[in-house]
Amino acid sequence: MSYPTDRKYTKEHEWIRVNGASATVGITDYAQESLGDIVFVEVPKVGAELAVGKTFGTVESVKAVSDLFAPASGTVTEVNGELANSPENVNKDPHGSWMVKITLKNPSELDALLSAADYEKFVAEEAGH
Amino acid sequence: MSSVEATPAVRKTVLNAVHRQMGAKMVEFNGWDMPVEYPASLGGGIIAEHMAVRTGVGIFDVSHMGDIRLAGPQALAAVQHISMNDASRLAIGQAQYSALLYPAGTFVDDVIVHRLAGDEYLLVINAGTREKDFAWVRDNTRQFDCAVENLSDDFTQIAIQGPKGVNLLQKLTDADLSAVKFYWVTRGRLCGLDHILMGRTGYTAEDGFEVYIPADEATSARVWNEILAVGKEFGVVPCGLGARNTLRLEGRLPLYGHEISDTINVWEAGLDRFCKMEKQEFVGRAALEQARSAGVKRTLVGLEMTERGIARDGYNVLDAASREIGYVTSGSPAPYLKKNIALAYVPPEFAAVGTPVKVEIRGQGAGAVVVPTPFYKRPKKTA
Repeated sequence: MSYPTDRKYTKEHEWIRVNGASATVGITDYAQESLGDIVFVEVPKVGAELAVGKTFGTVESVKAVSDLFAPASGTVTEVNGELANSPENVNKDPHGSWMVKITLKNPSELDALLSAADYEKFVAEEAGH
Repeated sequence: MSSVEATPAVRKTVLNAVHRQMGAKMVEFNGWDMPVEYPASLGGGIIAEHMAVRTGVGIFDVSHMGDIRLAGPQALAAVQHISMNDASRLAIGQAQYSALLYPAGTFVDDVIVHRLAGDEYLLVINAGTREKDFAWVRDNTRQFDCAVENLSDDFTQIAIQGPKGVNLLQKLTDADLSAVKFYWVTRGRLCGLDHILMGRTGYTAEDGFEVYIPADEATSARVWNEILAVGKEFGVVPCGLGARNTLRLEGRLPLYGHEISDTINVWEAGLDRFCKMEKQEFVGRAALEQARSAGVKRTLVGLEMTERGIARDGYNVLDAASREIGYVTSGSPAPYLKKNIALAYVPPEFAAVGTPVKVEIRGQGAGAVVVPTPFYKRPKKTA
């Protein structure tokens, strides 16, 4: 799997794609693969505040419960309502099935995140250990 | 016979390399490195594996399960003394669900007792309790003229589960499987191996067999691969512990450390029908007699979530006023039933079917209701 270069990645396996002052957040292919069949996605409502590095939601597979960590601080402007009824879309298309859109509070926070190439290297090490 | 051996850090079944080669996702379970699910390219994934067992056939490596053989003139008396079900009712070739109890009436482990011959019994025990069980059985049967052997490392145990399991296994054996009833065993030639024990048992709430083959690596890999190859026409899917857990949960089959443990007694766990108090004596009987007249303070119930959220092992159960009344022993999405279900201990006054409760999920009470169990019951065969 190659990771799209139009976005940045966290070591907790979220991706964030910036479009001006707004950004879209989801989880990576590695994350969905590790979780297995995803059956539940819970994200905050429009208007909620995300703080960088803090949990903002939950993804559950049949077997596991996993926290979502905010790749950047910001205010939720939109949630992907489709995932409430079709959480398996995250398995099918992890880099297309976004979870929330936010307006960025401090875009410079993204400088600390990984590029696609660095993230790929990171997960290769994590999987290979 | 050896004493209790030191336990290495992580144990592997002899099929471990085969699972890894197949690309199974591996996890540690009770000290064992086991497949939790297989890749989607092999028909795997917990939901797909679960559905294969409910509607077709799936196979599991369950060699981490242990085996204890009791043989000798007083083998029956020994089995009767250490187990709560009535082994005197077993014909040769018959098996029963039972449990080993502490004097307090709580669980050492749950077991399947097989009567293999007139004075020979095989107890199939759980992976996480192997050493404890063997030591306990040995120490509690010393007064009987009966040899106790730990055969746990002698067998590779493969479970072939699902409505098509009998058809698949029949292709590989000369034994007439149609003559083997549920919870009976037979022996026969399997994949060229003679005198192989095959039991119509399992842990999936589905029809199926468990076979016990010699635990050498080459033989085990050959049989596993032959079952998969011959099973292609039945759509066989290799299954891991993830599906094993959701399948047993739908069928309300207890898991040691969850629904049963050394602090939970038989009445609380609702396993009354496997506990034969009319037997004159067995370890735990006296305490159970007392506990029965005292009445239980908690009882195992089935829950179905009525609000969004998945109950998980260890989550608190709350009453309508959000007071903590119990806890979830096992909770999961149920892939076949397509509901979020759980087993939980609650006080008897909350045990009636239809009682509304809440499950505390990340600090919030989510609605649930007490439902009848088992959640899933396999359809009766129409002959």
